[in-house]
Amino acid sequence: MSEETVAERVIRVFAKFKKMPPEDIKMDTSFEELGLDSLDGLNLIFELEEEFDLMVPDDKVQSMKSVAEVVEGIEWLLANPDQQPMNAAKPTA
Amino acid sequence: MRKVVITGVGVVSAIGNNAVDFWAALEAGRSGIGPITKLDASTLRFQNAAEVSGFDPTLHFDEKNLLWLDPFSYYGIVSAREAIADSGVEFNDDLRDRSGVITGSCLGGKMTEDELYYKLYAEGKQRHQPIAIPRAMSNAAASHVSMEFGLTGATFTTSTACSSANHAMGQAFWLIRQGTIDLAVTGGSEAPICFGHLKGWESMRVVSPDTCRPFSKDRSGMILGEGGAMFVMESLDAAKARGAKIYAEVAGFGMSADAHHLTMPLADGAAKAMRLALEDGGIAPEQVGYVNAHGTATPANDPMESQAIRKIFGAHADKVAVSSTKSMHGHTLGAAGAIEAAATLLAFHKNILPPNANFNEPDPECDIDVIANVARPAEIEAAMSNSFAFGGLNAVLAFRRYQT
Repeated sequence: MSEETVAERVIRVFAKFKKMPPEDIKMDTSFEELGLDSLDGLNLIFELEEEFDLMVPDDKVQSMKSVAEVVEGIEWLLANPDQQPMNAAKPTA
Repeated sequence: MRKVVITGVGVVSAIGNNAVDFWAALEAGRSGIGPITKLDASTLRFQNAAEVSGFDPTLHFDEKNLLWLDPFSYYGIVSAREAIADSGVEFNDDLRDRSGVITGSCLGGKMTEDELYYKLYAEGKQRHQPIAIPRAMSNAAASHVSMEFGLTGATFTTSTACSSANHAMGQAFWLIRQGTIDLAVTGGSEAPICFGHLKGWESMRVVSPDTCRPFSKDRSGMILGEGGAMFVMESLDAAKARGAKIYAEVAGFGMSADAHHLTMPLADGAAKAMRLALEDGGIAPEQVGYVNAHGTATPANDPMESQAIRKIFGAHADKVAVSSTKSMHGHTLGAAGAIEAAATLLAFHKNILPPNANFNEPDPECDIDVIANVARPAEIEAAMSNSFAFGGLNAVLAFRRYQT
């Protein structure tokens, strides 16, 4: 089996999130067309962060409103791993 | 029905740990927002908050009591003590019997829970101090105040996210007005600066990377704050009988639900709560000179709230001064309504309206009279204090100048 591309993985996450067949999701499909409001959109971005084990900065989220924009953003983040603050701090209370 | 007034004010906040310092900062437009110091925030997407500083709990509580208290209780109890001292009320057995403590808190003892879970899940420790549960419960601050002053009337805590304190004060007001109790120590407190909770806010992507700029076109989100404010609320007759100083009359309270969306607010729901507060207090919209706005500085809230203000006041909205003091003391969640009521009550008392700090540029989407950056002298007749919570739960208090 050939390795999944970033676009295929993104579409798989979208399809699972919306409980719809991956074939129905195209690169130019927008969040709006999928009926996602702002909170749904944040939850979907979270699922993508889990899938790719990364964190999407707030300014990147603003430019992720379609499948193509998400793929572009994820590819940029994968190429720039220094953007990934993942360590938990210890409570001081 | 009885008239209800405020006779004592107490505040602990990022801009002052008593009402005098709090007001001095408000009047000067001095913001308490700065880098988070209570934990290492370097891995968070935001680094700023409005933290309480210079507050040493050991100066306020003995060692035995400290063990029982989450920081949210520190702020509630210390502000309650200040309010009671400020009011000059002297409790006797009869008054204690007819007095309650009604508080708001969204999170309760979140810092205590955060520490417990860190030890349990991260450090693998199987033991924890046995006081974790009573320290973390949301009514802890109310219970401590009732115990300290021996108040045995209606005492409880409301938890409705960012409307918690306004819902609490609204209940206190109605219970006194209808004669169920004669006096309430009421307000709210919150201590949200713990890592687990901040991570939750980070994931919601509504916290500003720099500061809180309500109603400004370049606003970039909210800033979390901590603290508390408490009041002595009592019947006008009782206040007059003992010659108490009166900050203002609590005239009306209104609440509503958007029945719409967990996080996207609706102007109709906000306007309904404002309208009901005015109706409850018998206040005509034209009498209102100041609104202390919910004004979180998120993209969603501020245009929505501006629409609600326009809906209620129509053309008179041009003459209603508006500020969100969250620009200085941050968004204190369940304490917000209380800290903002303190700002509103002191505005009556000082005849100065506190400004909306960090304001750079008007937003056509927020077509209201924002008190930009500089306090404004004004002798207002009536004022409102708005709280609109996640979950679409709205609670609005209306105050009226007390004329002797």
